[in-house]
Amino acid sequence: MAIIKAKDLTYAYPIGTKHAFEDVTLDIEKGEFVILTGPSGCGKTTLCRCFNGLIPHFYGGRLEGEIEVVGMKVAEHQIHELAQHVGLVFQNPENQLFALSVEKDVAFGLENLGMPTEEIRKRVDWALQMTSIWDLRERAPYELSGGQQQRAAIASVLAMHPEIIVLDEPTSFLDPLGAQKILEIVNELNEKLAITIILVEHRLDLASRYAHRIIIMNNGKIVLDGEPRKVFDSEDARLAGVGIPKATRLFQILRDHGVSLGQVPIMSDEVSMMVKEALAHDRG
Amino acid sequence: MIEVKDVHYTYPNGVQALKGISLTLNDGEFIALMGQNGAGKTTLVKHFNGLLKPTKGEVLIDGVSTKDVSVATLARKVGFVFQNPDHQFFCETVEKEVSFALRNFGFDEESVKKRVDWALNLLDLTEYRDVSPFMLSGGERKRVALDSILAWDPEILILDEPTIGQDYAQKEKLRQFIVQLNAQGKTVIIVTHDIEFVAECKPRIILMADGRIVADGETTRVLTDLELVGHASLVLPEVARIFINLADLDMPREVVDIYDASRVLLERLGKTK
Repeated sequence: MAIIKAKDLTYAYPIGTKHAFEDVTLDIEKGEFVILTGPSGCGKTTLCRCFNGLIPHFYGGRLEGEIEVVGMKVAEHQIHELAQHVGLVFQNPENQLFALSVEKDVAFGLENLGMPTEEIRKRVDWALQMTSIWDLRERAPYELSGGQQQRAAIASVLAMHPEIIVLDEPTSFLDPLGAQKILEIVNELNEKLAITIILVEHRLDLASRYAHRIIIMNNGKIVLDGEPRKVFDSEDARLAGVGIPKATRLFQILRDHGVSLGQVPIMSDEVSMMVKEALAHDRG
Repeated sequence: MIEVKDVHYTYPNGVQALKGISLTLNDGEFIALMGQNGAGKTTLVKHFNGLLKPTKGEVLIDGVSTKDVSVATLARKVGFVFQNPDHQFFCETVEKEVSFALRNFGFDEESVKKRVDWALNLLDLTEYRDVSPFMLSGGERKRVALDSILAWDPEILILDEPTIGQDYAQKEKLRQFIVQLNAQGKTVIIVTHDIEFVAECKPRIILMADGRIVADGETTRVLTDLELVGHASLVLPEVARIFINLADLDMPREVVDIYDASRVLLERLGKTK
């Protein structure tokens, strides 16, 4: 069943006349891991703001068409209702954390809902463990590294037990190891807890291996939507100017020169395997 | 030329950020400073325009110690683009932001106008001339920050994390732009975590860990060395990973970009056809 259903969705911010996106029709299934990408200004962040009602309730503007999230019509439900089902993680964790300890930050959303203390304790501990920051629970967020802060931001969203987590370029401020750790955690939330993931990301080399589906937007429209290998191997992906994984590009260059290695790869390990097989096959 | 001679730096709170750095950066070089957060990269580059002065040792810019000149004088020669553009902005419009330093340096109005037009056009910002920098997207704000430095045409350009928030096409533009500046003889120093960007640009890499330099050399050597990369908390570029896994097949190891990779693979696979 689709957990997000958008039909002919068009939106314009209050300032300016240009549409941020146009005629977006989209079904996202429960448990899917979707990467949403495309050039800066293509409308992907704006689209994500509809998923928890920030658009239209906070930003205003003109929203046309229909969008339903977890069975609720976004236009008819308030942000605080939608936020219990859809968690949002931003690019810069500093913008999301404000309490004096990690633990208090993670508990904040639950306290706001007036949840019993015991239940809060349970959920906070669980969220801290899922994101591997249990040991840091008493530290102040500003004392943590960027990667640890981002994990704290994910924990505070996770504690709400959302069905959907939307992450808007969560790794762009992080060092490579920190980025990898975040993506691994997000993947676990998807695989173990069946949380639907929508990841806005430019760094496709790192992230693509986890995704079931890639959606590419350009100029406010969805231009490609499908299985990662198919999407990255299409001419349209190249034209949209997204960073196709190195493994896929290398495969394409070889294929253009008449060397075909089989199925389109998206990870470096796959290319190594294919080259090994090709050479072994030849010797044998 | 930048000469760094046994530089130590300790912050007022007692943190020893640099523990004996010596290096020479020649005119026209393209250098990437890499390493984990807290390794001392930003502390080091802040010595290049005199924002920080060494606790011990010295930094010479074209033979003059940074201790003997003001930051304002050094700024004319060494442009510094901060990681977070918001730390740099304070004017109401993009145009005012870009022209601010020019007026400060005493350029006449006509040159100010010419340079601003040139700089805005260069980074595709002309349409935002009258817009507040704070109304722009993260990627656009970074370009305004870069533009406001480029406008006065410094000889040495320091870019702290220039690729953050930039999409693929903008990164490609930035890469071409750096190559172009380099060809004009400018020294470009980037501080970055962006392994894939560096693998495509192939600058001289200076790798830092815990306040010291742990490696200094060509991209193909530094970023294919598992031990070094691990020591600096980085990861291998995707292409280098392919070749590390092929090491037992008598393939070259020092490959980091797809063009070299395809050449090597075509040679091996083409032959066996």
